[in-house]
Amino acid sequence: MKKVKILDKEAINRSIMRIAHEIIEKNKGIAELCLVGIRNRGVHLAKRLSDNIKKIENKDIPCGTLDITLYRDDLAMASGQPLVRKTEIDFDLNDRKLVLVDDVLYTGRTIRAALDALNDFGRPKSIQLAVLIDRGHRELPIRADFVGKNIPTSSQEAVEVHLEEADGSDEVLIAGKE
Amino acid sequence: MMFWSKKDLLGLEYLTQEEILLILDTAESFKEVSSREIKKVPALRGKTAVNLFYEPSTRTRISFEVAAKRLSADVINIATDTSSVRKGETLIDTGKNIQALKADIVIVRHSCSGAANMLARALDISVVNAGDGWHEHPTQALLDIFTLREKLGKIAGLKVTIVGDIAHSRVARSNIWGLTKLGASVTVCAPELLLPAEIEKMKVKATSDIDKALKDADAVNVLRMQFERDENAAFPEQLDYYKKFGITEERLDRAQKGIIVMHPGPINRGIEMSSGVADGENSVILEQVTNGIAVRMAVLFLVAQAREKIKNGDID
Repeated sequence: MKKVKILDKEAINRSIMRIAHEIIEKNKGIAELCLVGIRNRGVHLAKRLSDNIKKIENKDIPCGTLDITLYRDDLAMASGQPLVRKTEIDFDLNDRKLVLVDDVLYTGRTIRAALDALNDFGRPKSIQLAVLIDRGHRELPIRADFVGKNIPTSSQEAVEVHLEEADGSDEVLIAGKE
Repeated sequence: MMFWSKKDLLGLEYLTQEEILLILDTAESFKEVSSREIKKVPALRGKTAVNLFYEPSTRTRISFEVAAKRLSADVINIATDTSSVRKGETLIDTGKNIQALKADIVIVRHSCSGAANMLARALDISVVNAGDGWHEHPTQALLDIFTLREKLGKIAGLKVTIVGDIAHSRVARSNIWGLTKLGASVTVCAPELLLPAEIEKMKVKATSDIDKALKDADAVNVLRMQFERDENAAFPEQLDYYKKFGITEERLDRAQKGIIVMHPGPINRGIEMSSGVADGENSVILEQVTNGIAVRMAVLFLVAQAREKIKNGDID
């Protein structure tokens, strides 16, 4: 399996910084803003986004963690990850502008599950979606508001996002089928 | 990383250390669901769980029912004393009928040891053992161990004492399997007549001296004395039992400070323990009840998921 690096550490950092600026711009500041990262790598990205937003606005915004395993539309599929992990949202979602964060946007089914899950925690004023990679092939009418990089892929290929916090290095790889 | 691959939960004897830890870790995540305003996730939406109880039970049955409902499964309770079981239908036939109704999980309690194992072999759907004879009561032990781990941060190296009718207790047996597999050392304490000779084969220490059993223990799990089942009148005097084995404030004073007191319920106050101990700061009895929901949610979720994978041919 051949792997091609399409983003390196610097490119990832620049994307995250740009998205932080875009989030602030689109929401006209950070009032009522909160971030929720989808496990696993969305959580690290949300943390980095909130660090960057703090650098720009000099203020903390609430940051939560969502595990969507229990909201998958296919029980057997829910085994992509061996362990159901905790959801940790220790602030009130009601009337907040919520930015959902994930690493890769693909079929849209993860986001659909995340929207269902958020529904059980409250009623945000709005939900926006930020992803590092949009690789296309949507199976549901879902789009991202903030994208680090659009990467056209074939469904045979795999996109691997590696982040220092989880994988020891920052890079995005595309693995093609020979 | 390991994946859960069993369609049934029959006993802790049949599980590896990793499998037990997987259930406990999964239960930790499920605990959060019960603290939400909307205490429900759609994980088992469209699945049907059947409570098939051949012995009276309130807390275990309700705990399973709450767990299944918080996972969005539909729950049917079969009271065997008003069903065709009374007309002589066998356990396997009843099970096959439940399977023909397209239920997905049978939660069974039966007075015969091995009933759940037998049912699991006969059915393709998931079977969860909610207590079979003197054999096992795996979810009770899992919730005991979960509570202990939550309180003390670990299981390995702990000293746990189990007091009560060891000979006839499936709770004791499941706890012994689970605790020893996770590296705890277990002491069992009971009147000699209720202390089976072969118990030490399970790698536990056995004694009839309660003070000796409590000394150095990090936790004591106090079993219910089932006087209603004591056909041989092995312990005729309830008050006598309290004097010799009852957990009292005085006995706890001589034990380690902070010793955890557990009880699977229902408590016989003044027989197994004093009211002061049951309601005291060492007692985690009501936390056990809360944790039981999370543990049973984890078990139902894992067995249902494994069955789905078996059906799809992903695992054998």
